[in-house]
Amino acid sequence: MIPMNLFLGVAAALFVIGLIGVLTRRNLLIVFMSIELMVNAANLNFVTFSHYANNLRGDIIAIFVITVAAAEAAVGLGIVISIYRNQNSVDTDNINLLKW
Amino acid sequence: MGEGMNIQLIMFYLFSFCAIMAAVGVVSFKEAIHCGTSLLVTIFCIAVLFLLLQAEFIAAVQIYIYAGAIMVLVIVVVLLINVRISGENRHVPLIAASAVTGAALFLMFLYVIASSTFAPPQGIYTPEYQVANGGQTMQIGLMLFREYLFPFEIASVLLLVGMIGAIVLPTRRRFRRKGQGGDMI
Repeated sequence: MIPMNLFLGVAAALFVIGLIGVLTRRNLLIVFMSIELMVNAANLNFVTFSHYANNLRGDIIAIFVITVAAAEAAVGLGIVISIYRNQNSVDTDNINLLKW
Repeated sequence: MGEGMNIQLIMFYLFSFCAIMAAVGVVSFKEAIHCGTSLLVTIFCIAVLFLLLQAEFIAAVQIYIYAGAIMVLVIVVVLLINVRISGENRHVPLIAASAVTGAALFLMFLYVIASSTFAPPQGIYTPEYQVANGGQTMQIGLMLFREYLFPFEIASVLLLVGMIGAIVLPTRRRFRRKGQGGDMI
């Protein structure tokens, strides 16, 4: 068997890369893709623990996570399009209507 | 057994390297379409990692839903909204602070992973058991429709709500003066 720690390390690296993308990028679509990357990293952790504990529950949770990610993609891209309609831009610096 | 082990390890290192490199591409490419393609590569590599974890059903779902549905939606929106953000990544202090935060978090994760001892496997769903009882897809189906039936139904409601949101949010609402047709279309 491949050691479990290797999978956990890869998932941690993917999560951190996605986090850096969310923090640094200003294009709303790329921020969205970075969030998908973080969701994928969490999913990899679920399936890893599920496999190494001889348990199926992590796989079930992974399926639910993918379901939520699909709904999130539909609603999130709807919000992106509606922001683009209103502001003619998807730059996160321009979205400051509610900024204090 | 030793030979198969080696091939598995080689596959693991190859595809995890590809996944991490493509993930770096997602956060560093300038054009959104390049980022989307890079994310697609990451998703396929993660599907291969799922196969190495003997989770073939999750790997298939990953390719169908993520690569087939979600990424196509994202790429269509990228093509609809063809904008270039001028002067992106000009906040050098922000990038430096994010990189430091990310590196610290990653080292913390690695410390936790390396210093933990995990409980021995307790479940009954060993790979041999799954193969002998109709495969992983059948076992997941049985568990999903017995123990997890209520969350499954809730998920269908969630998808319905997401569908309504996807229809309502991007629709342009035009207001017209009274007497010139409907109030709102």
